[in-house]
Amino acid sequence: MATTAATVDQLSHAGHVDTRSFLRKYIFSTDHKTIGIQFLIMSLVFLALGGTLAMMMRWQLGFPGRPIPGGSVLPETMAPGGVLLPEFYNSLVTMHGTFMVFFAIMPLLVGVFGNFLIPLKIGAPDMAFPRINMASFWVAASAGIIMLAGFLVEGGAAGAGWTSYAPLSETAEYSGVSLGQQLWCVSLIVLGLSSILGALNYITTVINMRAPGMTWFRLPLSIWALFITAILVLLAIPILSGAVIMLLFDQTIGTHFFQPAAGGQVLLWQHLFWFFGHPEVYILILPAMGMASDIIANGSRKPIFGYESMVFAIIGIGFLGWVVWGHHMFQSGMNPTLGQTFMISTLFIAVPSAIKVFNWLGTMWRGTLHFHVPMMHAVAFVAMFVIGGLSGVFMASTPFDIYIHDTYFIVAHIHYVLFGGSLFALFASITYWYPKMFGRMMSPFWGKVHFWLTLVFYNCVFFPMHQLGLHGHMRRIYDPTQYDFLKPLQPLNEFISIAAFLLFASQAIFALNFILSWFFGAKAEANPWKDNALEWTVSSPPPHGNFPETPTVYRGPYEYSSPEVSEDYLPQNKRLPTDRAPAPQPAGH
Amino acid sequence: MAHVAVMEPPAAAERGAGVYNEKLGMWVFLGSEIMFFTALIGGYIILRVGAPGPWALPGKVLNVPVTAFNTFLLICSSVSMVKAYASVVDGDQQKFKMWLLITIICGASFVGVQAYEYTHLIEHGFLPSGYREGSELAEKAAQGLIPAATGGIYGSTFYTMTGFHGFHVTCGVVSMIWVYVKALRGGYSATDYRGVEVIGLYWHFVDLVWIILFTVVYLV
Repeated sequence: MATTAATVDQLSHAGHVDTRSFLRKYIFSTDHKTIGIQFLIMSLVFLALGGTLAMMMRWQLGFPGRPIPGGSVLPETMAPGGVLLPEFYNSLVTMHGTFMVFFAIMPLLVGVFGNFLIPLKIGAPDMAFPRINMASFWVAASAGIIMLAGFLVEGGAAGAGWTSYAPLSETAEYSGVSLGQQLWCVSLIVLGLSSILGALNYITTVINMRAPGMTWFRLPLSIWALFITAILVLLAIPILSGAVIMLLFDQTIGTHFFQPAAGGQVLLWQHLFWFFGHPEVYILILPAMGMASDIIANGSRKPIFGYESMVFAIIGIGFLGWVVWGHHMFQSGMNPTLGQTFMISTLFIAVPSAIKVFNWLGTMWRGTLHFHVPMMHAVAFVAMFVIGGLSGVFMASTPFDIYIHDTYFIVAHIHYVLFGGSLFALFASITYWYPKMFGRMMSPFWGKVHFWLTLVFYNCVFFPMHQLGLHGHMRRIYDPTQYDFLKPLQPLNEFISIAAFLLFASQAIFALNFILSWFFGAKAEANPWKDNALEWTVSSPPPHGNFPETPTVYRGPYEYSSPEVSEDYLPQNKRLPTDRAPAPQPAGH
Repeated sequence: MAHVAVMEPPAAAERGAGVYNEKLGMWVFLGSEIMFFTALIGGYIILRVGAPGPWALPGKVLNVPVTAFNTFLLICSSVSMVKAYASVVDGDQQKFKMWLLITIICGASFVGVQAYEYTHLIEHGFLPSGYREGSELAEKAAQGLIPAATGGIYGSTFYTMTGFHGFHVTCGVVSMIWVYVKALRGGYSATDYRGVEVIGLYWHFVDLVWIILFTVVYLV
C-alpha cells in the first residue's frame, strides 16, 4: 500500500475517472462496496440453498415416507425413488444449519453490511486494508465451495449436526459420514480465516479512519454494532478454529482429543464449541439490531431514543455473551452450582436486550411513522425478536430447559431470533441500502406483498413449533410417526410443512424484486429515505473512493425533525451557522 | 512532509488509536492469535488435569536439552529483531539488513531443529496417536517406565500445539524473507519502517507463545 495520505488522495480523485480493468473492478476488486456486493450475492445463494434443504426436511416431517414431488432428480444415494434416506436427512439437518449460520446470515450481516456500511458511514475512502478485504471474500468463497463439495463425495455431506458434537462427528462408524465430515472441518477452518481477516479490517477502520468530527458517540448504531461484532468475531472464531482443528486431527491423523477411550474428553468439544458458539449468537443478532435502529429512527422521523444506553447495551450484550456458554450444556452434566451461575448470567442478558426493545418502542412513540418497506421489516424484527427473546428466557432457566431440551421448542426459539430477528432485519437492510448499492430502488409494492406473506407464513411455520416442543417432539428426528406419542401431532406437522412451502415460495417475490430492480428499478436519488448519515450525501452508488472530499461531521446521525432546519432531517455533515469546526488535530499526532 | 505522515495515524481523521493502520491491524490480529493458542493450550490443560492417569515426567519422552537450545535460538532471534528495528530507526541500513538476516537464520534454524526433533520422536515411536506399537517408547510404557494410559492424549496435544507454533514460526520466517528482499531494494528508511515494526510485533508474539509452550509442554 502507498502512504495512507496518498491513498485517500488518489481514491478521492479516482471517483471521476475510473481506470480499473473489468477484472479489477468487478472480480478482484479492492473496493469495499464491490466486496460487500460480492458477499451479498454469495450469501443470498447460500440462503436459497439452505432454504431448499429445509423444504426437503419439511416434506419428510410433514409427509414421512412419501416421495418428494420432483424428488426423482436426486441420486439414489440421497433419495431412491424420491423418498429421503435417513442418512441424507441427517446431512440435510447439518447442512441447513451450517449454510444458514456460517454462509448466509453471518456473511449477510458482517460480510455484506460490515463491508458496505463501515467506510461509507464513518466517512472513509475505503477499508484500512483493501487487499486483505478482497482476500477475505475469496477465502470465504473457497470455503463455500469446499462445504458444497461435501454433497458430491462418497458418504455424502456432513451429518453430525451443525454443532458437530463429538464423538458422533469423530468416526464414520457413528455418523456414517467420513470425507464429508472432514470437508466440513476444512471448510470452517478456511471460513474462520476469512472472518478474522474481515474483523481485523473492520476494527482498524472504525478506530483509525473516522472522518474529522465523527467522534465515537456520533457513530451510527449500525457501526457500533458492527464494531462490537467484529471484536466478537476476532476473539470467538479462533476458538472454533482450534476446536475444529482438533476434530479434524482426530478424524485424520489419529489424535484422541475427544475420544474418552484414549484419555480424551467429549465434553471438551462442547465447551470449546459453545465458548465460540454463544458469542456467535450475538454476532448473528447485534448487527441486525444496529441496522434496525438506524431504520427505525429514520421511519419514525425522530432521534433514536436513548442513544448512549443503546451503545452500552450493545457493549453489555457483547461482554455477557462470553460468560453464558454453559447454558447450552445444562443436560450435558455439570456441577449444579455452575449450572446456576450460567443460568443467572444468561438471565442478565435480558436486561440490555430489554433496554434495546424499550428504546425502539420509545423511538417510535409519537413519531411521524413512515411505513416504507424497510421500516415494516424493522418493526417486524422488533416484534419477532421479542418472542424469540422471551422463549430465550424460558430456556435460560435450568428447570424448564431440562424439560424442553433437544425438542422443537429450541428449533422454534432459534428461528424466532435468527429468522424472525436477523433475517427480517436483513430484509429491512437490503431494501434500505439497495439504492445505495445498485443505484436503483426495489419495487415498494412487491416489497410490501413479500413482507406480509413472509410475516404471516413465517409465524404459521415457527409458532406451532413451540407447541410441538412442549409435547416432546425431538429435534433432528427423521420420522415423527415412528413414535406413538407424536402421532397426534402429525396434523400440526403437516400444517407447518405446508406453511413452510408457502413461506419459501413467497421468497421468490423477494428474489425477483431483487434481480429485476437491479436492471429495471426506478433510478435512485442520492438520499431516497431522507437519512442523515454520510453515505446518503454522495451519489447512489457512490464513486470509487466514496467521498469527493473528506466530509466533516458536526453531529450524530439521528437528528430528525430538528427545529434548527426547515426539513425534517439534518445531515451529519451539514454545517449550520452555530456549528464550530472540529478541533484541529494536535501537531505531530 | 508526506514521508513523515506514513508512520502516523491516517491524515484527515478523527483521533483513533494514535498509531498507523498497519500497526493497529497487527495488534488486533495478535488478539485473535492469543485466542487461538488459548483454545489449544486450554484444551491441553483440561485434558491433562482430567487425564485417566499420571502424565509422563519431563524429559522421559521429549528431549529437553535440544529444545532448550531451540528456545535459546528463538530468544536470540527476538533480540536480533529488536536490533534490526533499532538500526532501521537510526537509519543504519547495513546493520538493519545484517540483524534482519540473523533473525531469519535463527528463525529458520528453529524450524529446522523442530523438524529434527519430530523425526527423532517419530523414530522412537511417539506419534500424534500415542506410542507406536512395537516401538522403543511402547516397550518403555509396557514396562511402566512411562505412563501408558495418557500416551494418546500426550501425543495429540504435543504435536498439535508445537506443530501450530512451528507453523507460525514458518509463516514469520517467510514474511521476514519478504521484508528482507524489500529491504535489499531500499524499501525501508528511518522515516518509513512500517513493515519491520509490524513483523517485529508478530515475531515477539510467536516468541512469547513459545516460552509458554516450552514451559507447559516440556518442563512441567
